[in-house]
Amino acid sequence: MKVSMSIELKDIPGQLVLALQPISDFGGNIRSVVHHRDKKTPSGRIPLQLVLEIEDRNLSVLVERLKERGVNVVRIGEERLMDSMVVLLIGHIVHSDIRETIDSIDSTGFAEVVELSLSMPGVDLKSSASVTISAVGTEELKDALAILEAAAEKKGIMVIASI
Amino acid sequence: MKTKQKTVRISIIGFGYVGNGVAEVIRRKREAIASKYGIDLKVVGIADLKGVIADEQGLSEEAIQALKAGKNQGDMTGLELIRDIEHEVMVETTPTNVETGEPGLTHIITALDSGRHVVTSNKGPIARDYRMLMDLAAKRGRELKFEASVGGAMPIISLVQDNLAGNDVTSIKGILNGTCNYILTRMADENLPYEHVLKEAQEIGIAETDPTKDVEGVDTAVKLVILANSVFGMNATYKDVTVKGITEITLDALKLADDAGYVIKLIGDVDSDGRLEVAPRLVPKDDPLNVCGTLNVATIKTDLAGEITVIGKGAGPIEAASTVLSDIIGLYS
Repeated sequence: MKVSMSIELKDIPGQLVLALQPISDFGGNIRSVVHHRDKKTPSGRIPLQLVLEIEDRNLSVLVERLKERGVNVVRIGEERLMDSMVVLLIGHIVHSDIRETIDSIDSTGFAEVVELSLSMPGVDLKSSASVTISAVGTEELKDALAILEAAAEKKGIMVIASI
Repeated sequence: MKTKQKTVRISIIGFGYVGNGVAEVIRRKREAIASKYGIDLKVVGIADLKGVIADEQGLSEEAIQALKAGKNQGDMTGLELIRDIEHEVMVETTPTNVETGEPGLTHIITALDSGRHVVTSNKGPIARDYRMLMDLAAKRGRELKFEASVGGAMPIISLVQDNLAGNDVTSIKGILNGTCNYILTRMADENLPYEHVLKEAQEIGIAETDPTKDVEGVDTAVKLVILANSVFGMNATYKDVTVKGITEITLDALKLADDAGYVIKLIGDVDSDGRLEVAPRLVPKDDPLNVCGTLNVATIKTDLAGEITVIGKGAGPIEAASTVLSDIIGLYS
């Protein structure tokens, strides 16, 4: 899973390595590191914003290890649905059960339909919809699009994806 | 300035919009080209359905006008002109046939076999038989240039081959059909339905009476095949392209796209993994691919130079002819 973590480091050499080493020890993948040197805490520590991917079961041990090393862990949040994209659909969207299509994405656990705008000009006319899909990462977003495209193809619905 | 002049005799096979444009730009630019590049361009033969005219000393303006008016038809055939009249460059500008490549294919083969260089705007033969034609040209020690077949005045092939030499191209995506771009732009700007805008485009000559090849994405797909083969060294044909056109695009869809910060464009997309796709895509409004009207655009992604985007007029007789002219000059510089 993807986790965002705010930590605070002492302002002495070697602290960054001290904080990042355990992450790789536990098989974590660091996605982003932002160093807030300009926002020193009153106690003189430097805040650091981390985004990393790590197995659920390893997270609590990682936090323990960091604390042992003198790193303050201020906040941990599971970071979900990092990436999103807009996709247009054209066709008999409602008749062909859009709910089922949305469910097929929501049920993946890694992606969700977070917004849907539908435009229905008339009973027999084709409708158009704009669908916003969010996912935990870029790869997952691609997978979600593939699921949507497969469902749409079965129902004769045209998918317009972003470049 | 170069003082030594080399005479380059040219035949134009297919005297429609582009063929006429080529004769026109040569007439306009002949002196400038002679003084700048040291080559004296001389049109020695023109073949068209209306007839064939030839003069090894260079055709007079009167003879060309007479051919256009349907008079002064010689008894020579186009193939005889290519074979029997001495010249250096055959310009092939007959209409495209995607299925057979003809009549352009036979013209090009005959010209190469007769020792002529070939410059063409004709997509059919290049998309259908690229490898065979390039092999033949190499065997005959002649060149086959076809920049005008993709993107009209917009340089892609020579840009990649010359200016971006040393780069690996990872993908090219863009708008390669001005008719579709015009229709989608008008629909979005004026809030007019597809059928209405198509009729309007036909009336002003931007869309053909039978618009199928443009609006169904066939034209874009054929251009993509040419790029796949010439830039990516593939051996692709039209059948390898996944093609979706713009006929299903609704006004509602354009509005929804607009609300979300996008426009809808017909995008041709080819990458080094062999993916060839033509489909309507959402383009962010601030992306360089968002160009309006009949303009063409292509973003070339490379390993060293990053992304390069070119925008230009994809159609028009003088615009396409300018590319043919550049190809001709390129043969001698």
